[in-house]
Amino acid sequence: MVDHTFVGHSTPRIDGVEKITGAAPFTDDLDFGPDLLHAEVVASPHAHARILGIDTYLAEQVPGVVKVVTGKSFQSTFGLYLEDRHIFAQDRVRFVGEQVAAVIARTRTAAKRAARMVIVSYEVLPAVFDTDAALADGAVELHPDLADYGRVPWFHPRPGTNIAHWRKLRKGDVAAGLRDADLVLEDTYTVPRYAHAAIEPHAVVAELSVAGRLTVWSASQSPYTQRNLFAEALGLSHRDIRVVTPYVGGGFGGKAGVTMEIIGAALAMTVRGHPVKLHWSREQEFVNTYQRQGLRAHLTIGARRDGTITALQHTLHWDAGAYVEYGANVVNAAGISATGPYRIEHVQLDSLCVYTNLPPGGPYRGFGYSEFTFGLESHIDRLAHGLGIDPVEFRRRNAVVGGDELPYGAQMNPSGLLEAIDRAADAIDWGIEQPAPSPTVRVGKGIAAFWKAPAMPPNAGSAAFLKFNEDGSVNITVSGMEIGQGYLTAMAQIAAEVLSVPPDRIRVETPDTDRNAYEWQTVASHVTWGCGNAVLAAANQARDRILDTVHRALGHDVASLYLVDEQVRSTTDPDLALPLREFVVTGLEQPSDGTFKGGPVVASGSFMPEFTSTRSDPETGQGGKPNVHYTVGAAGLVLEVDVETGRIAVRTVALAVDAGTAINPVAIEGQIAGGVLQGLGTVLYEELRFDDGGRLLNPTLTDYKLPTASDIPDRVIPIIVEVDQPDGPFGARGVGEHTMIPIAPLVANAVEDAVGVRITSMPITAERLYLALTAEDG
Amino acid sequence: MGHAVALKVNGESWSLEVEPAELLLEVLRSRVGIKSPKPGCERGDCGSCTVLLDGRSVRSCLVLAVEVDGHELTTVEGLGIDGLTELQQRMVELSSFQCGYCAPGIVLTATELLAVNPRPERHEVQAAMSGNLCRCTGYAPIIDAVLTAAATAAATTAPEV
Repeated sequence: MVDHTFVGHSTPRIDGVEKITGAAPFTDDLDFGPDLLHAEVVASPHAHARILGIDTYLAEQVPGVVKVVTGKSFQSTFGLYLEDRHIFAQDRVRFVGEQVAAVIARTRTAAKRAARMVIVSYEVLPAVFDTDAALADGAVELHPDLADYGRVPWFHPRPGTNIAHWRKLRKGDVAAGLRDADLVLEDTYTVPRYAHAAIEPHAVVAELSVAGRLTVWSASQSPYTQRNLFAEALGLSHRDIRVVTPYVGGGFGGKAGVTMEIIGAALAMTVRGHPVKLHWSREQEFVNTYQRQGLRAHLTIGARRDGTITALQHTLHWDAGAYVEYGANVVNAAGISATGPYRIEHVQLDSLCVYTNLPPGGPYRGFGYSEFTFGLESHIDRLAHGLGIDPVEFRRRNAVVGGDELPYGAQMNPSGLLEAIDRAADAIDWGIEQPAPSPTVRVGKGIAAFWKAPAMPPNAGSAAFLKFNEDGSVNITVSGMEIGQGYLTAMAQIAAEVLSVPPDRIRVETPDTDRNAYEWQTVASHVTWGCGNAVLAAANQARDRILDTVHRALGHDVASLYLVDEQVRSTTDPDLALPLREFVVTGLEQPSDGTFKGGPVVASGSFMPEFTSTRSDPETGQGGKPNVHYTVGAAGLVLEVDVETGRIAVRTVALAVDAGTAINPVAIEGQIAGGVLQGLGTVLYEELRFDDGGRLLNPTLTDYKLPTASDIPDRVIPIIVEVDQPDGPFGARGVGEHTMIPIAPLVANAVEDAVGVRITSMPITAERLYLALTAEDG
Repeated sequence: MGHAVALKVNGESWSLEVEPAELLLEVLRSRVGIKSPKPGCERGDCGSCTVLLDGRSVRSCLVLAVEVDGHELTTVEGLGIDGLTELQQRMVELSSFQCGYCAPGIVLTATELLAVNPRPERHEVQAAMSGNLCRCTGYAPIIDAVLTAAATAAATTAPEV
């Protein structure tokens, strides 16, 4: 392994002091003066209804109200991958909480009061709240215009049904593969909906200047994508839209794409010259952004006595909600990778994006993989037990390795899955029984493997601008978003490595689409890799300009020059030691005549994965290279079950992830500690619950329980595997989402190990486990 | 009808006229201009709006502005006037936070803990922190920073032998 100066060394976050002192600005912290207007939306109380009329008269009489806006003013559709949304409901509403109208007022109080006085008359329609009902013959059709919606070429909707997209994958002959198996296991796994529950609620402020320029300040992972969708939906030139995103108080996918921000942008169009603010309450945050989609997964896997998996059939029915403009791509991602990280000869995947009258589903850390891995890795464990093979050994025998053919025909990237499995198992003393601390407690151990690829369009680009300052410090402007993962620090380290300028002398700015370079979105755990490559290219260009300046001013051969300790040195002239700060802005004096060479060093870099393609046969999924690479890993867990209460106490979690090259090890350890706990929340107690009318029953942090500091495992052991990603910056690939993917099946597997009960529905609450235990007894 | 309220915020005196139903959180953010207490749930669940009221942590979304007449408030802006505290330094070194939205509230809760219990056990730190939600970090690097700060403070104040 190459020894680097900055890359690979744990580096304190460059945004640490700002955040620890309260100086870091978030969207709601920005001041806009007395001219600021406040908006509140009028939300649908029905899950499915036709809008018969909207009476705004009473609301307009409330003192302080400036304007009431309805869908009449904005009739265009929008959406990231499938244009199935309107800014405000048009002729019908499709979930409880959907925006029907909005009030703009001088104060927040007036806006809220008036919003309650907008009278909307509805004709209630039949509704569907789960995939079975939505797929049943004669089910009410949620989107009769599905055929006409704009969409990306890799989506395959079924007009006339509630199937917005059906991703198929066929490899080999599954029936033959199952016949060839000594053991075939079939079961169904259920995963409910979950909330991202970032601590910062969504917020947006938008202003259309009198001169016609739209500025939007938003808490978003996707400034450029927002600008693009605003331009298309509102009919403005990209040139005239500016999206500014200060720090974001947690994303997890919930602030990706465009949700409530487009309401703010649209409202600004109606009150030219005034900034308008929309700030989601916690309840709105739960209901009207994205939720993690529910899943019913039917799995059939066959394996031979020697431990070889022969065939896998995985049918995934996704409860994708009322609008799937983003969520359908979650379904797509799962539909090409729901084999898990295994080499399997015969594969059949069917991933169906199903409209329901629940809030829109969308991206959530893991992008479909967290959801399907619960069933898949549960099933893998059960097969191993059924065959009498150790679950660790069973996974090793089928683990994908670099060069293997993937289910859709492309080649697997280099990866360290075997090492990850071994190290995760070792870290929890796999195979060694641990004594129970009391007679009513059972100890169990679990193991699970995972993989995940970034799900991106084939032309998702990243770019970076870099400039040197008079004192030799550096500013970098990129449009990836610091959502907590430590991206700004990683970018600084990458540039530091090339330029020999320490990360704490590099400032990496949060996005402003007017001045920062392009980034598709901060999603898919791809920015360390994609934007890292752009920053690397910019840093290389800056270095080349610096060395060229020295060559032109002093005559040194460029090949002999290099950067170290913020100086230009030479391999042939030991006396040359030119501090960067002396010439990166003001240039170098040519000794012969007193003229200056060089000038302010500025550079740019740009990156696109030019080798990807989503062109594949819709019936088989064969062809193309839809994924740039996979990040793999494995985790082990030790827990205790109190058999008298069903309560689970997690003792140890060891998680190994293959980062390619760890740019900032402490940041990866942070992703592991955080992802593990987020995963534990989903498997142990979190769950969005709805009444029979589609109304969310627990839209507060009182009733939707997040893990607290008292709920953490005794020990989380982070393990970083490093098998170089050849096209990554210094060999890096992303790890952010991956750390929560294996956690749910890990707990299910350890529970079975502890008490011999297999739970196939999440979450595994104490109540559910206790009932299962007592049922077993009976 | 407004109520006259006199209070101290980070050592500075303020006289304000507030409405009976105005929350301390709103008044601090929009009238005093102190932005570190953050809205997260507006019903006392998340702890991101924590401030110190006469040295004790309170959720400013559950306090009416009229209630703080004659009292002293400290926010994280007031802690760092003379540079980072020992606790804040450890938190920076250990990269304790990710998105940072919960950080101001957690810094204040931890500061209060160390004031009343300078050498807390790990479980005491966990209990003290359990009213401040963090969705990013898994809490471990926060707890470690509190324990490290306590140990450092104890080492520097311990009598020489």
